[in-house]
Amino acid sequence: MKVAYWPGCVSRGFTPELHGSMAAVAPLLGIELIELDRAACCGAGVIAEHNQELADTLNARTFALAQQTDGELMMNICSTCQGAQTECQTRLDANADYRAQINRSLATQELSYEAGLTNKNFLWLLVEEVGLDALQAKVRRPLRNLRVGPFYGCYIVRPMDQLAIDDEHPRHRYLHWLIEALGGTVIDYAGVYKCCGFPIITMNREASLKQAARHLGDAIDAEADCLVTPCPLCHLNLDLQQPLAAKLAGRRLGMPVLHLPQLVGLALGLEPRQLSMDKHIVRPSSVIDWSAAVVAASAA
Amino acid sequence: MPEYALRLRRYDPQSGQGAYWEQFTVELDGHRSVLDAILKQRAERDGTIGIRCSCRSAICGSCGVRINDKPGLACHTHLDRAAQAGREGSQVIVVEPMGNMPVIKDLIVDMDAVHWKKIQRVTPWLINKQPIPEREYVVPKESMLDITQSMACIQCGACVSDCLSLEVDPLFIGPAQLAKAYRFVGDPRDAQHEQRLRELAEDPHGIYDCTHCWACIDACPKGVAPMSQIMRLRRLAGSDHQIEDANNGHRHELAFTNNIARNGLLAEADVLPDSYGGKLHPRAIGVLLASLPVILRALVRRKVTLRSALLHPHRGRFKDLSGLFDQIERRAERRELNLYITGYDSAEPAQVAGNGPAMVATGASPTRGAADEGEGR
Repeated sequence: MKVAYWPGCVSRGFTPELHGSMAAVAPLLGIELIELDRAACCGAGVIAEHNQELADTLNARTFALAQQTDGELMMNICSTCQGAQTECQTRLDANADYRAQINRSLATQELSYEAGLTNKNFLWLLVEEVGLDALQAKVRRPLRNLRVGPFYGCYIVRPMDQLAIDDEHPRHRYLHWLIEALGGTVIDYAGVYKCCGFPIITMNREASLKQAARHLGDAIDAEADCLVTPCPLCHLNLDLQQPLAAKLAGRRLGMPVLHLPQLVGLALGLEPRQLSMDKHIVRPSSVIDWSAAVVAASAA
Repeated sequence: MPEYALRLRRYDPQSGQGAYWEQFTVELDGHRSVLDAILKQRAERDGTIGIRCSCRSAICGSCGVRINDKPGLACHTHLDRAAQAGREGSQVIVVEPMGNMPVIKDLIVDMDAVHWKKIQRVTPWLINKQPIPEREYVVPKESMLDITQSMACIQCGACVSDCLSLEVDPLFIGPAQLAKAYRFVGDPRDAQHEQRLRELAEDPHGIYDCTHCWACIDACPKGVAPMSQIMRLRRLAGSDHQIEDANNGHRHELAFTNNIARNGLLAEADVLPDSYGGKLHPRAIGVLLASLPVILRALVRRKVTLRSALLHPHRGRFKDLSGLFDQIERRAERRELNLYITGYDSAEPAQVAGNGPAMVATGASPTRGAADEGEGR
């Protein structure tokens, strides 16, 4: 399937391993990515807190660019993009007068957004479009004996009605389902649905790092081998900042955090290096060891 | 009559024993409430169960608890639905006291120690503009509509219970408290509009301590959307009054917005120093030094290169963006759409209200009716 692909800012900035692993995994799943290289930042909630109309206009611009492609839908790889864009889209779709006013601003760029775009995070796309059965059929190295803790990121699980999470689409369980479908063991720990703390890192550094340290510590106590997240901003606080979080908490952490496409890529047979795991701040040794053991076993 | 299993977290600090779980079954119709079931158990079998309640009609806010890991009003939660939402399909309804507040006994938490004490920090009453008119104040209808959402709060504490900022920073004012603050900041009769904003922005545990996790929006049984009220307070304090707070809140928001206007995509290496006043500002130097180990590790691991971090190679693709930013930022008044007031086209078209454009200045809307919960809903 062809999708209008919004990689977000951070996957092309401080988490390049996410962008690279998505590019490596997509062809294995039959997903053709049409990258929206003219689209701008979603605002991550920060621009909306500065000026709501500005955030809505930026995202309407992205949606309009997506609608100019022949992709079946728009796909993102960032929980924060998903939440911030859904919030803006809700306003744009709810009110024709408002949408018309936003489109007047976009007219100078010869762009116009038409209500009703489908925008799904890679996680949602895997479950709802690719399907877990089809995905399972492509698994070459089941994640057997790998204990994986899901970390969703706030923006992809709340508010539930805005994100259309209901009995028919229990999107707050998809990461659990996915880990199981790939053959891994789901580790439930207290931090699964909590905040990584990244949004307040410049305002209240201590509280922000405390949040990261607490969830990482809980995952360690629950004996997870690694965490997996569909959010690169969570990854920044949980991986990039992990040494500082550990220092603040006065506790050794060392919990590897994988991006969602990296976990999928592993199960589809890619090597940790092909998924740029060497770029992580906390080396995912447990995952690399697991992968090496599986490869050795299959060669024997 | 169907039978429902409930699992209560019991705890009596005076007993000297730790908390424990107690399970029992109750025969009641599925449309009866979780509160009904607990009161029945207390009346018929165990008079020692502690739960606070009063109106039993979801209006007094007394019976806030956590049901199956989610905050809610015990009187407003049907037994059949609660059983369906039982942990891992168990059908057992798990009831616990609210979080972020000390437990007095069983399901009763100390609201005084946290919730009410924090409410006092926002001066929760109107400070009249002088001179007080001889007859009633006449205020624009749209201004009062703008604060109806925050006035819907029944002070149950559900949002306080689930606040993820409070969990790590007990000094944070809190979501219900900031929603209450907006109720008076947005009231045109109040004389302390700017002063209130200044205090809320300057407080190191005030509006910029909210981690934007949406938990309070999902927790609230009355659709108050406290986080949306906090974002309104931030827009008023930062964008409208340019209040430079000591927490870097406004500076961060400006640094981020200007970064996108310049670069299209976020240039992360600039945001941190710019949020502290620029790379050479004394405030920034301290933070950059503290972050040096992280920056060096990122360079060593080739997460970033100096070239990509400093030159922003993608910038050229976004030359048409700055005009768009200018056009919107130069408006005489900020525009906001509040769906709590305007509702949705399909349910109730905004033009049906017939009171002008759907998009209005600074959150005040001339249209009618409270249709939904959140700011962005």
